[in-house]
Amino acid sequence: MTVAIEKPGEAEAAVPAAPAKGARKVGRPMMIGAILVVWLVLFALLRGKQTLSLAAADLTDLHRWINDFNDSIGADRNSNPLFLYFFNEIRLVIDNLVTFIQHLISQPPGARPVPQVGWLGVVAIAGYVSWAVGNWRVALLAVTGFTFFGLQGLWQESMDTLALTLSAVFVALLFAIPLGVWAGLSDRFNRIMTPFLDFMQTMPTFVYLAPLTLFFLIGGASATIATVIYAAPPTIRITAHAIRNVSKTTVEAADSLGATRRQSLLKVLLPMSRRTVVMGVNQTIMAALAMVTIAALINAPGLGANVIQALQSLDVGTAFNAGLAIVVMAIVLDRVTTAAGTREEYARRSENNLAKWRRPLLGAGAVVTAVLVYLSHTYLWAADFPGDGTIGGHIASAADTATNWAQDNLSGLTNTIRDIITDGLLNPFQTLLTDSPWWLVGAVLVALGVVFGGWKAGVTTAVCVGLLVGTGVWSDGMTTLASTLVATVLVMVLGIVFGVWMGRSMLVDRLIRPTLDAAQVMPPFVYLVPFLALFGATRFTAIVAAIVYAAPVTMKIIADGIRAVPETTVEAAASAGCTTWQIITKVQLPMSRGALTLATNQGLIYVLSMVVVGGLVGAGALGYDVVAGFSQGELYGKGLAAGCAIVLLGVMFDRITQAAARRASA
Amino acid sequence: MARHWRAGAAGLAVLGLTLTACGGAKVGDSSSGSKSTGSSGKCGTFNLAVNPWVGYEADAAVVAYVAEHRLGCKVDKKNLKEEIAWQGFGTGEVDAVLENWGHDDLKKKYITQQKTAAEAGETGNKGIIGWYVPPWLAKAHPDILQWKNLNKYASKFKTSESGGKGQLLDGDPSYVTNDAALVKNLKLDFKVVYAGSETALIQAFRTAEKNKQWVIGYFYEPQWFLSEVPLKKVTLPEYTSGCDAVAEKVACDYPVYDLDKIVSSKFAESGSPAYKLVKNFNWTNEDQNTVAKYIAQDKLSDEAAAKKWVDANKVKVDAWLN
Repeated sequence: MTVAIEKPGEAEAAVPAAPAKGARKVGRPMMIGAILVVWLVLFALLRGKQTLSLAAADLTDLHRWINDFNDSIGADRNSNPLFLYFFNEIRLVIDNLVTFIQHLISQPPGARPVPQVGWLGVVAIAGYVSWAVGNWRVALLAVTGFTFFGLQGLWQESMDTLALTLSAVFVALLFAIPLGVWAGLSDRFNRIMTPFLDFMQTMPTFVYLAPLTLFFLIGGASATIATVIYAAPPTIRITAHAIRNVSKTTVEAADSLGATRRQSLLKVLLPMSRRTVVMGVNQTIMAALAMVTIAALINAPGLGANVIQALQSLDVGTAFNAGLAIVVMAIVLDRVTTAAGTREEYARRSENNLAKWRRPLLGAGAVVTAVLVYLSHTYLWAADFPGDGTIGGHIASAADTATNWAQDNLSGLTNTIRDIITDGLLNPFQTLLTDSPWWLVGAVLVALGVVFGGWKAGVTTAVCVGLLVGTGVWSDGMTTLASTLVATVLVMVLGIVFGVWMGRSMLVDRLIRPTLDAAQVMPPFVYLVPFLALFGATRFTAIVAAIVYAAPVTMKIIADGIRAVPETTVEAAASAGCTTWQIITKVQLPMSRGALTLATNQGLIYVLSMVVVGGLVGAGALGYDVVAGFSQGELYGKGLAAGCAIVLLGVMFDRITQAAARRASA
Repeated sequence: MARHWRAGAAGLAVLGLTLTACGGAKVGDSSSGSKSTGSSGKCGTFNLAVNPWVGYEADAAVVAYVAEHRLGCKVDKKNLKEEIAWQGFGTGEVDAVLENWGHDDLKKKYITQQKTAAEAGETGNKGIIGWYVPPWLAKAHPDILQWKNLNKYASKFKTSESGGKGQLLDGDPSYVTNDAALVKNLKLDFKVVYAGSETALIQAFRTAEKNKQWVIGYFYEPQWFLSEVPLKKVTLPEYTSGCDAVAEKVACDYPVYDLDKIVSSKFAESGSPAYKLVKNFNWTNEDQNTVAKYIAQDKLSDEAAAKKWVDANKVKVDAWLN
């Protein structure tokens, strides 16, 4: 889940908050306290009644109906004109695109034993393109990164992954940028799009993977489409956001000069929002890479397949090696696109010395690249990566050693931590949520929604609660909710500690950031195996996994927020004799309240996106329902319902926290 | 203009250097390329589903190896979950599934109703499902292997997840389990906790054996992990035909599954030699465990593991081909 990681500053500027109502004389903490007290009292009275619990193998009528519906689609696949003339055509086009790119860089086409462009050519192109759109530093990074794939012994797998990622990103952008522009220009379209985007990003992929292969068959097309569904929303959202944020006066100036709608779009809006749009593209690429392991479940070739296969025999080292390649690819693509986004400013600043050399150098670079590509097309030594990937072997055994050490030496400590948090925080909270009557929990959620986010958020919450009951997995939903909230609290604690540290020191930021990037793109299952050894198959393991994935985002957002606090204010506080602790707690944190709320929002959403992964390691509840629905036909309907429940929880929290963020920054 | 000349000259110099520096084999030279011996005229492409567990991987490795090297097929292995593999029968993308565990619902849907799939006989493997404990525990408390004694030890199996009862660790979600009903109907003081994946189960047993922890959970054989840690099966009330007819009332052990092979109807009628190979393919749990061990513990590639076993078992392999 890579929802728009918007800079806190932008969020603050987004929508003016509703003016504070006069009625809010009673403080908000008081109201929250009152709600909680009422809840506890009623819980004590009504415990265990109307909890809507449903055993793991039980189904509701809705679940059965979905099963039947799913079967009926499958049964007439070969006669249905929708399949024959619509889905099949889409599949053909996308399949051809994927196959074309694969034949270029990863799979041998026809009679040739190797792809059209060998490793030397690919490395040269990567370096040249990075340099042309970015700068020489990212070019160097790209060359090093791509060579590293070869040294790891994963050249072909990496290229398979790259080919799929490129096709998915290409298809995603083809739709996402026009849709984003439209959503940016039209408020109405934006309102229609938003729920769809929420759905695409929070619905667990496991739910629609099987139907996708029914529609688009097994192969490149399905893998690409699954990736597109998940990866397109960030670009749509961020493009819309960027178009919306181009200053009104500029647009008006263009209008008054007689620019047509088309002209003002092409010459004013798009160029002025270019930088932000590139950030959206960047997020789309990251999201596409996050799908690599899941796509491997429907036979997508590449690094994901290595990860999955290695983990069948719990071979952490090999899985880590492949996971590392994914991380390296993500970091290279991230830095290159970021550099591309900021290139113009960068180039303007260094106008005098390098700029005049740029064009001839670009020409020369193109010639050299062409030669290298030709070589890699013609000669075997430049086509097949030399060596047998011994470095990969070393990485794998180092990872194994580290894992074993941790398992041998830390498990006592980790078990204590687990038991403290489970008994002290998780179990009581979960009992409160699952053993209260459903209407009580629903009412509490709506009331909290109103208090935090206002009436509109309260209405959304009420709708979500109603639909949650309708899915038939209310009780599982509450179990998941408990773990999710506990995980989010821990994420926020970590986020504040590290975010403040990073925000106050650029050096710390630079040191920590690559680790954060790695934590976000490393396929979770790689680190889940050692976690399972340390914490067992428990809800706490799922919480730890969610923290690893979600904490980096909150840290980054909070660090940005801290940095945005004006220097002068901090200096004034320091000269007034404040201690560092006082500066942090009285100045920097309160002044970055907007960032903190946004971080909570993103932290929650990211934690929710790990619910399914959590289901694989002992979290049970909704995550397990989804996984089981993917594996057993009879549970398909329940899995889909559980997926919807996750979406509903996500939408509910998103609306409440966003409304709260708007208030906080007002 | 001078700039352009310089750049051009630099480019040419690099070009010249690289061209003179390189020689070596060209792509497509006959010496480098061709690998398979005979052309695959008769067999063509054989689409083999590979479901995600090591035992299956062992089956697929051996069948693919024989199909490629003895029959000259072009084998396209597809990594798929069971449901999706079965779906592939209808769309013509999967020819064979080599190790099917029961799945009566899928059989009904694809064999009886859609008629896109057909059975192709047993693999010879016996699938056993049940409750297992780590070997140290079976040794220290031998009576634990009888279900009647489980309540005696229930408190030992308590964890942070089991809410005061003993924990019964369930849950690779791929298989049907009756465990919740079993616990209830056998009046055991246990709670079923869903681990959620095979990885989680294996790791739990591995840690339990190493640290002498109390773990009881759902497991199955043939499974490569049993050659690393030979888990012991707990005896449940004996299975009798029909005792598992009503899911909520199950109070007996799981049946022994005769694992079988499923092929697409088209493939069965194609007359491909690969179909004959699939139909004749038959081996024992021991055979599969051997190959699975090569893959999972000795870390051989699929191809190498298959070759090692095939070379040592010529007679069996020849029997599949006749």
